[in-house]
Amino acid sequence: MGTITNEDLIKRISTQFPGQVTVLGEPYGLLTMETTREHIIEILDWLKNDAVLQFIFLTDLTAIHYPDQEKAMAVVYHLHSLVNNVRLRLKVFLAIDDVHIPTAIPVWDAANWMEREAYDFFGVLFDGHPDLRRILNVDDMEAFPLRKEHPLEDPNRVDKKDYFFGR
Amino acid sequence: MSDIQLVEAPPGVEGAGFFATTLDKAIGVARSNSLWPLPFATSCCGIEFMATMASTYDLARFGAERLSFSPRQADLLMVMGTIAKKMGPVLRQVYLQMAEPRWVIAVGACATSGGIFDTYSVLQGIDEVIPVDVYVPGCPPRPEAIIDGFMNIQKLVKTESLRRRSEPKYQELLASYGIQ
Repeated sequence: MGTITNEDLIKRISTQFPGQVTVLGEPYGLLTMETTREHIIEILDWLKNDAVLQFIFLTDLTAIHYPDQEKAMAVVYHLHSLVNNVRLRLKVFLAIDDVHIPTAIPVWDAANWMEREAYDFFGVLFDGHPDLRRILNVDDMEAFPLRKEHPLEDPNRVDKKDYFFGR
Repeated sequence: MSDIQLVEAPPGVEGAGFFATTLDKAIGVARSNSLWPLPFATSCCGIEFMATMASTYDLARFGAERLSFSPRQADLLMVMGTIAKKMGPVLRQVYLQMAEPRWVIAVGACATSGGIFDTYSVLQGIDEVIPVDVYVPGCPPRPEAIIDGFMNIQKLVKTESLRRRSEPKYQELLASYGIQ
């Protein structure tokens, strides 16, 4: 177990940033908090450089599409304090027609490719990113394939047409 | 007594001290028993191909033990495995680098049709980017199936007319893939 409890973590963060973060829950003991895009970089920077917390490792940066929510796009930051053996998840929810969020590269260089991946699959626009282009999919792809409205099956597929099965 | 079997001579006219046949047939026999395959193995079908090349199945029995890892020297492109859309242009480039006459065999469900990967990132069959001569079904196919596909290629090679590659029909096929 980590040397810092989740309660302690909540207390420290809400003292430093009163009213700017809300707790979403602790699924499987992983503290999950929500903030806004105005504050996210400031919070990440503080979490990384705080002398006690030392969340020095950005485990993952990705996005999730919740088509039924009002703010349908979530950008998720997974942080790990290697010193305290404590993990933290931060979420920022964005409206689907305004998916801008500042880049985390000033805090972690590792965010570069992760943000390109989130852009590639979800179309999240990271403002200030030096090279925001596709990283895994073909360059001429126009869609963002992991958004829920993207069809699951490839339209070029011919051997699954209904008439082959008498439908 | 040796049990080595020689390839049968093509049909022709035989007499005392001479044998006459057509150039097509003579070349067909020579080519089909000395194909140089280029293995383009991307996943599990490639593992089956390794078994096909190894001693139990031994593709060398068909004169194809000389794998060519340069497309410029290969006769037969063996595509084995899932081809992602990003790999499509690479596969096409390899095909373009091969000299005529060239044959293509799509081994396994993925190379044939995309297989179980009916998704945005996977090519739904390599015949979207290059023409294919023989399809081998299976996921993955057993080495016997790969050999069967290879023997079908040999049949094609043996019976192919020397003029086939300059026929308008063949030119049209290549043009439909944007290849000249």
